[in-house]
Order: sequence, then C-alpha cells, then structure tokens
Amino acid sequence: MSSTILEMSDLTLSYTTLGRKLRALRGVSLSVGEGEAVGLVGESGSGKSTVARVALGLTPASVAQIETGCIRIDGRDVTHLSEDAWATLRGHPIAIVFQDPLSFLNPVMRVSRQIAESVKQHTPELAVAPRVRELLERVKLSASCAASYPHELSGGMRQRVLLAIAIACRPKLLIADEPTTALDVTTQAEILALLEELRVGLNMALLLISHDLGLVASACERIYVMYAGRTVEWGPTAKVFGAPAHPYSEGLLHAAQTDRDRDGRFVTIAGDPPDLAHIGVGCAFAPRCSYAMAPCTEGMPEPIALAQSSNHMVRCWRYCQGGSLLLSANGRVDRP
Amino acid sequence: MTAPLLDIRGVSKLYRRSRSEFVHAVRSVSLAIDAGQTIALVGESGCGKSTLGRIALGLLTPDHGSVLVEGRSLRALYGSELRRLRTTMQPIFQDASAALNPRRSAREHLLQALAVRSAATEPAAIALLESVGLRPGADYLERFPHELSGGQRQRLTIARALAPQPRLIVADEPLSGADVSIRGQILNLLLEIKRAHRIAYLFITHDISVARAFSDRVAVMRQGEIVETGPTERVLAKPEHVYTRRLLAATAGFHLDRSKELAAR
Amino acid sequence: MRRFWPRFTSQRAGLAAAAYVLVLTLVMLGLQVMPGSDPHTITSEVMLPPSAAHPLGTDELGRDVLLGILHGIRVSLTVGFAAALGATLIGVLVGALAGFYGGILDLLCMRVSELFQVVPSFILAAVIVALSGPGLPQVVAVIALLGWPQVARLMRAEVMRIKHLEFVDAVRCLGTRETRILMGEIVPNALAPVLAAGTLIVGHAILLEAGLSFFGLSSADIISWGRMLNSGQRFLFNAWWLSVFPGSAIFLTVLAFNLLGDALGSALNPRSAGMK
Repeated sequence: MSSTILEMSDLTLSYTTLGRKLRALRGVSLSVGEGEAVGLVGESGSGKSTVARVALGLTPASVAQIETGCIRIDGRDVTHLSEDAWATLRGHPIAIVFQDPLSFLNPVMRVSRQIAESVKQHTPELAVAPRVRELLERVKLSASCAASYPHELSGGMRQRVLLAIAIACRPKLLIADEPTTALDVTTQAEILALLEELRVGLNMALLLISHDLGLVASACERIYVMYAGRTVEWGPTAKVFGAPAHPYSEGLLHAAQTDRDRDGRFVTIAGDPPDLAHIGVGCAFAPRCSYAMAPCTEGMPEPIALAQSSNHMVRCWRYCQGGSLLLSANGRVDRP
Repeated sequence: MTAPLLDIRGVSKLYRRSRSEFVHAVRSVSLAIDAGQTIALVGESGCGKSTLGRIALGLLTPDHGSVLVEGRSLRALYGSELRRLRTTMQPIFQDASAALNPRRSAREHLLQALAVRSAATEPAAIALLESVGLRPGADYLERFPHELSGGQRQRLTIARALAPQPRLIVADEPLSGADVSIRGQILNLLLEIKRAHRIAYLFITHDISVARAFSDRVAVMRQGEIVETGPTERVLAKPEHVYTRRLLAATAGFHLDRSKELAAR
Repeated sequence: MRRFWPRFTSQRAGLAAAAYVLVLTLVMLGLQVMPGSDPHTITSEVMLPPSAAHPLGTDELGRDVLLGILHGIRVSLTVGFAAALGATLIGVLVGALAGFYGGILDLLCMRVSELFQVVPSFILAAVIVALSGPGLPQVVAVIALLGWPQVARLMRAEVMRIKHLEFVDAVRCLGTRETRILMGEIVPNALAPVLAAGTLIVGHAILLEAGLSFFGLSSADIISWGRMLNSGQRFLFNAWWLSVFPGSAIFLTVLAFNLLGDALGSALNPRSAGMK
C-alpha cells in the first residue's frame, strides 16, 4: 500500500460573512495516495472547490474556520497551520491549477518568464533555462508559444502554461479544480490526456475536481461524490458509476447521461439543490430523495462499506438498520 | 409549399479585429426552420453559433444575406412592424441570472412580456408560472431573481419567453448554466412545451448528448460555417464531415458506458 | 440590492458619517423652525475666547461663533446638495445617452466632458462669480457644471456594461422601444454607483463654496463657514477660535460626505465585500 499524500477526515468548515455563518463543508473524508488519480464530483455549491482551497490553506482565516476534523499532508497534521507554514507547502508537495488560467497569469509578462519565476524558487540560477525548456516540452508548448503573452494564447494553451508552472516545483499531488470547464470538448480531451501523461510520467497524484462525471470517469481510478458539503459516496470509479449506492449518485449518473425513461422524459433529480444556509442535521439530500425514510432527517450515518472487503463506501441510511448493515449472507447489499 | 418559419439565407457577419482586418463570425450560412421543428446548432465556443442565434432573433443585422420570418424579411421592416414580428421569436439564454432584470420581480417580468399580446393580467402570469413548474404560481409572483434558485430562474426566463406565444424559441445554451441534476428538469420542461404548443426550437448547444436527445435535425458549425446538416439520427450515427466525427469522438459521455461495462464484469 | 442595508451598516466609518450628516440636517431644520437669536447680532463682547457663555468664543464684532457655525450649515448643505443634484442629473443624462447610443454622440459627449474636466475648477468658479456677481445660485451652477463629467463617465461605463447583459436583449425581443429599454431597464440598474459618486460631489461643492467665500467671492450678508474663516484668518494669532472652529466644521463635513460616498459605493456594488 502506497503512502497517503492528502487526507481529510470528517472535516467541517464554515464561512462567516457579515455576521452570517455558512457551513460550506459538513463532513468531508477523503484521501489521495501516491501517484493515484482521484476524482471529486459535485454540483455547484457542493463544496468541492472549498476542498481544493482548504487543501492548500487558501481559505482566508478571517472568514473561514475549520470546526472539526483534520487535514494531513504527507502524514503531518496541517489543520491549524499558520499562513507562513502553509506557504512552504504550496507548490511542493501540493500544487493546484484552476478553471480560469487567465486570472492567474500576469497579463504583461511573457509566459516563459512566468514559468521561470516559478522554477527559480527551487532551482539554482544556471539550471533555470534548461528546466524551463524541459517543462515546456512536458506540457507540449512550442517556443513561440512560450514567448507570447497570456492573451495571445488560446484557452488550452493557457491551461498548459498553468500546468507547467504547477509542475515546476515537482509536486507529489496536483489538484485540478475544473481544469477543462472553460475549454471546448476537443481541447478538453487534449488537456485530459496531458494530465494523465504528467501523472504517470512524474509519478504525481492527481485530485481532479469537476462537475462533469464523464470527465472524471475517464481520468480517475477512484472517485468521491459530494453533496451539500459532504462526501456521500466513494470508491473505485467502476463501482461507484457502475452500481451507484447513494440515491444522489444514482440520480446524478442518470442525469449526466441524459437518460430517458419509457415516456421519453429525461431522467432527473426532483427538487432544487440545497440552500446551505438552511440544512438540518440529517441528510441534505433527503428532501429530494425518493427513498427517504424516518432517520434521514435526524442524522447522517457513518460511512458504510458496501461489501465486506470492499473500499466502496456510502453514507446513507438505506444500508443501515438500527445501526447494523443490511448485508445478506454473500456480502452483497440488499436493495430495500 | 408554405414558407419556412425562419429562413436564414446566405448570412454573413463580420467583426472588425483591427483597423483593416475583418474576421467572419458567420460566413454565408443558410438554415431554414419549419414550424414545430427542432434544430440543434452544435459547435464549439467561438464557432459563431451564438452570433447566428442573435441574427435569427433580429438582435444583430447581418452584413450580407437576409433573414426571413414567415416569408417576410426582417430587413424590409421598420419600427413597430419589426418589433411585432420579433415577438414571434423569443430567446432563452445560458445565464438565467443575467437574463433577468435584478430589479424586477417575477410578476413584473411576466406582465411586461404578456403586455405584448395585451394580456397583462395577474391570472395569466400565475398560469404561466405554473406551466413552467413553479407551483403554486402565486407564491413566486413577488420574488426577485436573487430569491430564486438557479433552476427556478431558468424556469422564469422560459415562462417569459412563452408569454408572447412565440412560434420559435432560440435557446442559446440553456443548460450549461444549470447543474447536472437540474438539467433534466429543464430539458423535460422544454420537451413538454414543444409537444404542447408546437413551438419550433433553434437549440444552440455544445453538448452532443443534448442535441441527440432533443432535436429533429442537427447543424454542425465550425469557424463561422455550417459544415454538416441533416437528421439528428443520421448525422450522429454516420457523420460525413471530418469535424463532426472529431466532435463526436471528443464527447465524454461514452466513458460512462465504459465504466458500466467494467462494473458488469 | 436587498442586502444593501447589512452591507452598509457593516462599514463603521460610513455609518458614523451618515449619523453626522443626519445631525447636521436636523440642526439646520431646527433652526429654520425656531431661529432663536440672530447670529448677526453685534454685541460689545468682542473677541472672547471659548467660555461657558460662548462655547466657541466670539468674533471681532461680538458675534457668537457657535451660532454662526450652526447657521452656516444651511449654506453648506444647500449648496452641496443642490450642486450635487444638478451635476448628477446632467451626468446621468449625458452618460446614459453616450453609453447607450455610442458612436458620434458618445465621442462628442466624452470630448466635451474632458473639456470641463481639464479646466481648473476654482479659477473657473472665481471667473464666473466675478462676472455675474456673488450669490449662491452662481456657486451652485458653477459646481454642477464642473461636477457632471465624472458622473457622466461613470454612468456611461455602467450603461455600456449593462446594455450587453442578456436581460436587455430579452426585453428587446418583446418588441420594446429603444428609449424605453434605456430608461426602464438600463438606467435604474446603473444608478447605484452613480449615486455614490453624487454624494462625493456634495463634499467637493461644500469645499468649493467655502473657498469662494474665503476669498470674499460670496455675498456678505450670508453666513457661511468659508466667510467666517475669511474674516477670522486676520486674527489667527490672537483669536485662534475664529479660524479653527469654522475650519473644523468644513473639514468634518467634507470628510463625512466623502466617507458616506465611499460607504454607499461599496454597499451598492454587488461585487464588493460580502459576496463569495
């Protein structure tokens, strides 16, 4: 078993703005091992971007408080790290790329110089130029692109520049927050292929955060599904997408495939996404859930392994009864 | 044979990039939509599909070519006649929060749209709200856009588009602003409307799976030109143009099927 | 827009400024209703330093400084508000037309506004007052004339941003006339930041009026802070209270309107604090 680079256990985090408290994360458990490709799927407001930010200590301490749970990076507890201490962790061992590269690039500096700036932090002066060339090669950017300004490049090119900057510090984990959402489908496929190549070539773990199930399914070995600030289901991609256990994952999967029922209507999840300001103690999905039972509004069950030896986990009362699992003799789950 | 509902003939639109340099956003495009028909206009961002949508709505005047609505050219009309003809076509936009005036309530939005056919009454507004699934309608009348969820906002823009009883709806990426779990709801609503009112759609989307599910015909657009057009089934099953094939191959949807196969093993 | 109040009240400086302006307004209205003793009354108690009887002292003609300052509020606020209103009206109109219609009209409006912006305001004001004689209406007109370009530029930028939003196109597709689109849809949405800028003009106007009065370019029978400062500066070394108190009144009031303008600006701007 490889070592774990990033681990969050039952993390809760709330934002306080103008005297109002909003709990963005309500119980996130997540781990990314060495060289592993992990996906984090959720809709807008599910807290998936907050996960990315908190993993790099980018949630401003003035408005965001971690209430319970902990974050570990390389086995070290970083839950309550100071701003200065966080700065030493960014870039290495953890780097990040965002959805919109343009806002992270300096508009009046040639991109090659911006890559060099990042390289300089970890490399002696003489080795900078060859290292920049190597990085450009890794992300497949031509020399003419490197000599351009950010606005002269296409969205895909810019994302490559950002990737070059991110891998400059040889991170052990790259967090990609909606890296292809702003891109066209054909470019999207290229960036995805590049991410995979970098991951394998550099033995770097990848945490891919996206609302696009197809994207995550094709790039990740394991996935986490988030709803209203909680990880509700996780496991190997094939298992989670092949036999989704949480009603939300199930609905999401059908919706994403634009499946249609017998009347030709599109399969969908009824109701509206949750308003984070008004969620009770129970399962946030209960109001939209067709399987909702009495305990659903009263609390959230602990993660349950779906088969005895499996790493496919779910947090749903359907698989509990008075605290015990609804497992039949052969270890498979009985669907109530 | 009667004239098509919307007939776009050899339309071009140029954008000035610099003093002497012009770029074709749309280059001699022809497209006809019959009453009740749904055409999906598919392409990647920057291919000119939104520009074409705006030309169809009469919001942009093409540099060449003509747009005929029910056989009448938009260009030949002026003033009140042009404004009236425009109401036969209504838009649904991608970003429902930008498509609603933040200072107007749902009631004001709908009354404004109902006034087009002199039917600006509260019961009519309530009926519209309920027809797009905002029930009970009276509860939503006084809400402002920011008091609605994303899905509800998109429903309100759909209600507004229906108010003037249009014959064509130009929907420009109406789903890409919505969450995956809401997409199906909006698609179902648009489908219901199509069946109930026999409204034609020009459905602009980058998402092939949506085009597949929704449209009768597909037009694939690339760099300002329509490269392939035909019945949806045929184009998606046997694409003729290289670009259509590439676009289909890049669509991520099929990966899900693959993971299903994996799980079945 | 609904969240204006919590955003505004979260800014302490702005809240304090608003309270200060409110107090000034109340005092001014109070003096209109019950004028009390005449601030022009000349007594024999000349040049007295602050004391219990005259908290801010008396001037060279034995007039009470406190009374003068309180009565001076009227001139400052009237000039400030009237000028800001005038500047905002002109600015909104010009900015809206230039931003919405663009082209030649835009070019023309913006060049004209630049013309007004490069003229040194105090000198223009002094020239106009010198030509047409002293008086509050002249001062108001001058300040309005000089203040509108910044309002117009802000309004133009807002209108240009909003006219490309999709709700404008949606309304256009309902067959609405262009003038109604501008007035009914775009202008109301563009006003918020413009009103904040208008508040800043109040401060400028008060300062300019004080400056003109200081140089004796206002009529002698009106009590204003600038005028008090003008007559007091001769005695700066033997009667400091004649300069310090009117000067502080001007300073505080101008500061208050600037703070108020800033607070309004950030409270009305949906992209500022409090948003994700």
